[in-house]
Amino acid sequence: MLTNITMGQYYPVDSRVHRLDPRIKLVLTIAFIVIVFLAKTFLGYALILGFVWLTARLANVPFRMLLRGLKPLRLIIVLTFLLNLFFTSGATLWVEFWIIRIYREGFLQAAFYSLRLVFLVIGTSLLTLTTSPVSLSDGIEILLSPLKKIHFPAHELAMMMTIALRFIPTLLEETDKIMKAQMARGADFESGNLISRAKAMVPLLVPLFVSAFRRAGDLAMAMESRCYHGGQGRTRLRVLKITRNDWIACGAVAALLALIILEGIFL
Amino acid sequence: MPIEVVHLTHCYSEGSALRTVALNDVSFRIEDGEFVGIIGHTGSGKSTLVQHLNGLLKPSSGQVLIDGEDLNGEHVNRRVLRQRIGLVFQYPEYQLFEETVAKDIAFGPKNQGLSAAEIDERVRYAMDCVHLNYDKYAERSPFELSGGQMRRVAIAGVLAMRPSVLILDEPTAGLDPRGRDKILTMLEELHARENVTILMVSHSMDDMARLATRLIVMSEGKIVAEGTPREIFARDDMMTSIGLDVPEAARLCAALRAKGYSLPADLFMPEELKEHLLRLWKEGSAC
Repeated sequence: MLTNITMGQYYPVDSRVHRLDPRIKLVLTIAFIVIVFLAKTFLGYALILGFVWLTARLANVPFRMLLRGLKPLRLIIVLTFLLNLFFTSGATLWVEFWIIRIYREGFLQAAFYSLRLVFLVIGTSLLTLTTSPVSLSDGIEILLSPLKKIHFPAHELAMMMTIALRFIPTLLEETDKIMKAQMARGADFESGNLISRAKAMVPLLVPLFVSAFRRAGDLAMAMESRCYHGGQGRTRLRVLKITRNDWIACGAVAALLALIILEGIFL
Repeated sequence: MPIEVVHLTHCYSEGSALRTVALNDVSFRIEDGEFVGIIGHTGSGKSTLVQHLNGLLKPSSGQVLIDGEDLNGEHVNRRVLRQRIGLVFQYPEYQLFEETVAKDIAFGPKNQGLSAAEIDERVRYAMDCVHLNYDKYAERSPFELSGGQMRRVAIAGVLAMRPSVLILDEPTAGLDPRGRDKILTMLEELHARENVTILMVSHSMDDMARLATRLIVMSEGKIVAEGTPREIFARDDMMTSIGLDVPEAARLCAALRAKGYSLPADLFMPEELKEHLLRLWKEGSAC
């Protein structure tokens, strides 16, 4: 019952965008966020939309997958729209009703700010949809590695992320199994009030914690027996390489940035 | 309480691209007092099958009849039925959670709503069944026991509900020979003394040769053979074709037969084989 949950939102197909270097993708995503904030007109947004659409096409990711990322944030987006709509005053009054006044400027600003949120979410979804969690944490590790100079544990952080991601499906499976085993002994997880339900979780959580600790111990032992001693001097199996495609992607984002800046100056 | 499985089919991830048929039109019947062994390769659907027998999984189609009553019928109380059909999962020691052995074993009877006195009696009974001394182990933490002992505590936790049918999924997996022998002896006694119907899933053909009165052989979600151990282990070509072993003794027997010794086809118990070989040897030395 729990095994059907897929991890993250990685969309496992092969494409030029998927194959991009995760470091480049991370940096470009940050650049994209800056671009979204730089855009001052709807024309700029049209350019950004075109860029996003093109990237999604190249990545073989259906557009509705991008929109799915908006679902958890729909409340914030709607709230942003409404607040800007009702509380911005301007020159052209469109609707006046009781205490509500909607100005043209208010509507435009509401649309602008909520679209900005939409683009931010879609842009970052493009990153997580096309980058597997493992290569994402690889990329984060390398990007953070300059901070090692000030004793920031970049490698350890990335390793923890990778291990946590690796064990989510395992723990889900384990939960399912223990749940069934306790149900076979007459445990009832479904009925009763809040307190009795919380109590019913004890036979599930205790074995789960015990096995998580056991697994952690086993894993630590296995890593140590293969001479793992942190990130110092460690080489990688798959060395990340910047390819032509990465330069093209950088060029495309740079072009978008230039267009947005020009549009901001001249319009 | 006979169990009857009628045209049982089960698919995982129904309606998606990952749809896999784990059980395909499986039918069989288990009578009271039988000791049935289910054997099959990894992924042959054994574990899926046993989870259907006490209603933890729902069939995609087909029925499971307990005492002639459909387990998945509308007015059936599955929680009560689950207590009459005890299911011991693979590596059951991972489900222990209480502070003491006695409390953990009491979990099942407590869920049955028994009185404190009855629960105590059940715990003593179950610990006796699995050969754990009550005075010595009842107040110990289950997490400080050995692997074999933990497993026996877990099995006791199911036995304490006094099921009339006991289903075990690989009860000896990962145990040392001594721990394994203890579990098997315990099952043997339980079957003989308490007349509990036992259904056991196992990889170990030697365990099956020793205990089972009837075997069900599964492969790729289907039942491919059914019969007494004698009948099944005689068909060693069928067994190897679906990737299963025959007991050690039967293998030795086949090797000897290939060397030209005449031995009957149904030898699979070490004791019987020993008798036979001794007789052959005496006859041989006589001439």
